[in-house]
Parts: sequence; structure tokens; C-alpha cells
Amino acid sequence: MSLSVKHLLGIKDLKKEDIELILHTAANFKDVLQRPIKKVPTLRDTTIVNLFYENSTRTRISFELAEKRLSADTINFAASSSSVSKGETLIDTVNNVLSMKVDMVVMRHSATGAPHFLSRHIPASIINAGDGINEHPTQALLDAYSIKERLGGLEGRKVALIGDIMHSRVALSNIYLLTKMGAEVEVCGPPTLIPKHIEHLGVRVSYDLKKTLQWCDVANVLRIQLERQHKPLFSSLREYNLYYGVSRQLVDSLDKEIVIMHPGPINRGVELNSDVADSGHSIILDQVENGVAVRMAVLYLLAGKKDELVV
Amino acid sequence: MMKSLYNQQHLKITLDRLTAELVENHRDFSNAVIIGMQPRGIYLADRIVQLLKEQLAGRPIQYGKLDITFYRDDFNTKPGELHIPTETSIDFSLDGKNVILIDDVLYTGRSIRSGLDALLDFGRPKSVELLVLIDRWFSREVPIQPDYVGKTVESATAQKVKVLWQENDGKDEVVLL
Repeated sequence: MSLSVKHLLGIKDLKKEDIELILHTAANFKDVLQRPIKKVPTLRDTTIVNLFYENSTRTRISFELAEKRLSADTINFAASSSSVSKGETLIDTVNNVLSMKVDMVVMRHSATGAPHFLSRHIPASIINAGDGINEHPTQALLDAYSIKERLGGLEGRKVALIGDIMHSRVALSNIYLLTKMGAEVEVCGPPTLIPKHIEHLGVRVSYDLKKTLQWCDVANVLRIQLERQHKPLFSSLREYNLYYGVSRQLVDSLDKEIVIMHPGPINRGVELNSDVADSGHSIILDQVENGVAVRMAVLYLLAGKKDELVV
Repeated sequence: MMKSLYNQQHLKITLDRLTAELVENHRDFSNAVIIGMQPRGIYLADRIVQLLKEQLAGRPIQYGKLDITFYRDDFNTKPGELHIPTETSIDFSLDGKNVILIDDVLYTGRSIRSGLDALLDFGRPKSVELLVLIDRWFSREVPIQPDYVGKTVESATAQKVKVLWQENDGKDEVVLL
């Protein structure tokens, strides 16, 4: 068995079986991470470059740890401290890196489609670690893994994505993944932050946070992405928090079990209040832990396909 | 041409003998542990552990399962044939223990070599022994030999040994294909 794709550009390109295979493999890597020696020799002949054209804490550290736990050699690259600032193009940068015998590329870029473009021009596996407002596939995979771990499965579960749906690549990847796996998805936020026609992706739309929380088993609360909002889309952060912030009072008023997730970084007191983020409902730190195992699975499964790459 | 190496009755006699040999060497198993190799060695290990418990009047036996997928030496040598891992469950330390590694068929020895690598990530055993049901002794590619053997078979590389278990395959039988 192996993946049907040679790159992980987005959840959109994956089959249901691919997702199941990644989640299954991740469970075995999670077991490796609980051992006294949290490292396996699997990718000891593989070199991976982490190309980050946009800031990141969790994703970059998580990928780097995943690579090291698999015994791969890693190179870290941050655009801000490289020749990119001297005007080098994306393809030139990557081809220069690859000529030093690098096998895989993990890439984050602020431009939507940057990894897709690259995948047509270079002979290495590419893993999208977030491209603009398009997709962040490994985040959706680790979210799915965490939901499955907590609730036992994905099919038929009700998952709400709350907040800045418009600018969130996490939201889009989650929508593709959860609908493929048979979960019900509802997006909730102010109308200015929910794209028109999003219901064509097979999701419900709600503008009422309390009703959404009442409906869902899992609430994945997304960050307000002020850096991508080039015009005012709501009056103030305080107003946003009053209408769409998830607070302890609101969660307590539900009178039911609910799982709270957040892909990080959290704007505390904006989309999520501290008394919920740090409560027993929250699996935010489990998400981070599972991220390493899920990324190990993706790297392992794609590294096994490196001989099939032809450009 | 198919040749039967074991039928159910014959297999039972051999399993009893292997168990007796283990008890002879490890007595009450106070410092010995059983590690079954995933995926196909588990059926044999399950049987041996069951028989040991009967022999040792219900004394608990430390028994773990080891998956070697991430330790294989043939990763990426056959494109498109990636091994998918199964569960590893060793919830005790192997430090200072006498480990008995169990697999159904010993062929090239490469799986066992990977298994030895994997074991070291769970501690430093005092000793490691190998128990196999079938030893295909003309086919070794690394210097690994078993300590307990059900039956030694001289087989050509083109032939296949198939071990069937009641629990999984509906009957106990070993055949040479």
C-alpha cells in the first residue's frame, strides 16, 4: 500500500484511503514518541529542507522534530535571512538547494499555489506547510487525528470551524478532509469573514455562535488573521470577542460535552478566552503533540515514493 | 508442488517441545520476556505464551509485540512497495532481561537483524535468543542463527513456506510451495 500522490500539496488531492493510511501510520509513530528512545532510523539516507517564506513556530519546530525523529538530515531556511532578499526567484532558490542533493522540500509560502507551482518544476517531493489562504494539509491531518483519538472516529461527527474562515488555510484543509471522511461540518463567524458560496463545499453556514456550539461535538476555533485582512471586516477585537469569542460562560451554558481545538497561535481574549483554552475541554496541546507523529507519517509515506518522481 | 511440513497434530508436539526447551533454560521466567515479531510471528508467540502459562501454573509472562517496519534495511529499494507498520506494544523495559525473540520463519535473517536494532530502543537486554518454527537454512544473507527451531528446511529460493494458523487462516498447517 502507498499514497496515491507524490507530493502533499493539499487535502483536496487526497483520496479517503490516503487519509486513512496517513492516520494509521501516524498512530504507530505516536507510539514511537512514547518510548524511552524516541527515534527510528528509517530516513537516515534522506535530506529534507524546510523552506519557510513566512513566519512559523509550531509547524516549523514540529516538522523539524518529525524529521529528526526519523533520522533524516535537515536544513532550515528562512526567507528573511537568505538570498531571497537579494532578489533570487523561488525556482532558482529551490534548484540551488536541490543541487546539493536534497530529497524532500517542506515549504510554507504566503502565495497561494506556490508549492503547486514548484511541484511542476523540481524533481523532489514537496510538502505544503501552508500556502497563503489556500491549504495547510498537515494541520488538517493532525486535527483529524486528534478528533479521532478523542472521539473514536470521524464519520458522523459534527465539527464546527469558528472564526476567520475567509483567510484560514486551516479551515479549507479541514473542510476538504472532514467532508471526505464523512463528518458533518459547519462554519460559523461574522458574515464578512465567511466566503460567499462556501456551502458548495458541502458545509453548513451559521452566524450564531451559541447555536453552533449547541450543535457540534467539536469546535475548532480559528485565529483572526489580521495580517491578511487588508480592510476592516469587523468593528473591533472587543466586539468580535463579545459576539464570536468562545468563553467559559458560553461553554458552561451548553450543558453538554464539547471538545475545543485551536491550531495556534491563540489570540487569547479574542477568538478564544483563556478559561476555555486551558480547561479540560481543550485538546490544543494534544494537537501539538500529535502534529509530530502525523508529520512523521507524511514524511515516511512520501519518502517511500521518491524514485517515482519525474518532472 | 506442495509439500506439507506440519499438520495440526505434528505442530502441537513441536510447540510443546519448544515450550519445554524454554522452561528448561529459563525456569520460572522471572527474568525472561517473550517478544513476538509482527505481523506473522505473533500467532506463534501467542501459542507459546499460552503453553508457558499452562506449564508455569498461571505465572504471568511478560510478553510484547515488536514491529520492525521503521528499522528495515530495504526502505526505498523497491519503489511503490512501502511497508505499512503494525502495532508495537512493549510496556516494560528490556534492561537486563533475557529476551526470547519469536518469529514464524527464519529466511534471509534480515528481519531479525532489524528486530535486534529495534529491541535496543527498549533497553539493553542481558541476552537475546531466537525461536523460530521453520528455519530455511540455505537462504541466510546475514550471520544470524536460531536458538530454538521447530524444523529445519532445505528449500530453494523460488519456493515459499506458508505458515497457517487456526486463529487467522482457519487451520494449523505449514506447507512448502
